Amino acid sequence: MEIIVLAINAILVKNILLAQYLGNCPFMGVSKKMETAMGMGISVMFVMTFATSFTWLFHHFFLIPMHIEYLQTIVFILVIAALVQLLEMVMKKVMAPLYNSLGIFLPLITTNCAILGVAVLVVRKELSFMDSVFFALFSAVGFTLAIVLFAGIRERFEISFIPKAFQDTAIALVTAGIMALAFFGFIGIDSALKI
Amino acid sequence: MAKSKTIVSEFTKGFWEILPPFRLVLGLCPILAVTKAAENGIGMGIATTFVLFFSNIIISSIKTLIPKKVRIASYILIIATFVVIVELLMQAYFYSIYEKLGIFIPLIVVNCIILGRAEAFASKNPVFLSAADGLGIGLGFTLSLFLISSIREILGAGTIFGKYIMWDSYEPLAFMIEAPGAFICLGFLLAIMNLIPKK
Repeated sequence: MEIIVLAINAILVKNILLAQYLGNCPFMGVSKKMETAMGMGISVMFVMTFATSFTWLFHHFFLIPMHIEYLQTIVFILVIAALVQLLEMVMKKVMAPLYNSLGIFLPLITTNCAILGVAVLVVRKELSFMDSVFFALFSAVGFTLAIVLFAGIRERFEISFIPKAFQDTAIALVTAGIMALAFFGFIGIDSALKI
Repeated sequence: MAKSKTIVSEFTKGFWEILPPFRLVLGLCPILAVTKAAENGIGMGIATTFVLFFSNIIISSIKTLIPKKVRIASYILIIATFVVIVELLMQAYFYSIYEKLGIFIPLIVVNCIILGRAEAFASKNPVFLSAADGLGIGLGFTLSLFLISSIREILGAGTIFGKYIMWDSYEPLAFMIEAPGAFICLGFLLAIMNLIPKK
């Protein structure tokens, strides 16, 4: 039951893109087509789950025993960058078809602030290891949901009339705002489930 | 660019020609996240300026030593070092703002503006020009953050820097200080900027 509450919270109520303001660059950048949005979402799911588990382990078995928590930012970004490289190589060897469709997104993900953001967030919230992994996975599911829905809306821009000043990013931002407003409607269902 | 590069022109271009985030749509997360109140916006802007200024100087001065293949990783490492310095300085001297900005201080590392300037400018230009570029873009970014955050604070809470300035019967638009307000406010500002020609 607790896991369901965690899932609903991370996917709908506190959606990483629309309520937590993380990962907005890819949200605006690669959401023009449904397929690329889906590819980005799945890559983020992979990387976020792995990255959060690794950074959690690094934090608890390396930084804390050595009393160098202040180096967190540097260590985390290095771990994430190395992990993305590694994942790219493994995917190329083991899952070639998947690599061909997702490969181009992987280098972009290193500088996706949602990955580092979730890694820092679970450590600051002092979640346990399993909770952290699930939190990362569900956050990434929320990311995918939002970016795919958004791409679906954006594809329709091509056949609709948009004032010249609003074209491209401006209308996308306003649309995202309205979507965020719609996601506000989910506030409260997590507490209703707890009872 | 046809005209010659001078320190002044590199410094001032950050305020208009390529003012982030309006002309250079990068680094959206901090812009949306920390602009609830004018104070936070300025704090974030200054922290980013600090990192941008020093990382541009360092990257520009060691650009010939960095092998091409590992340049992005080296840039990230240099930027991360300055972010840690900012984090520690803010913890020591500006703790209340540090608390408010929360995880967005470590996230300066992945702010695309900084990496973007390192790759597009500092790795190709001499030290003084890079310093001017970093300072100009950073202050331009601070200015934009201040603009967005004051609009959101005035409309959303009726205050600026915590002081109430609207008339008594004013009903604050509470959604302006939440996520939807951030997106919509930035979208409209971008549209207004699109109406104004670059020159």
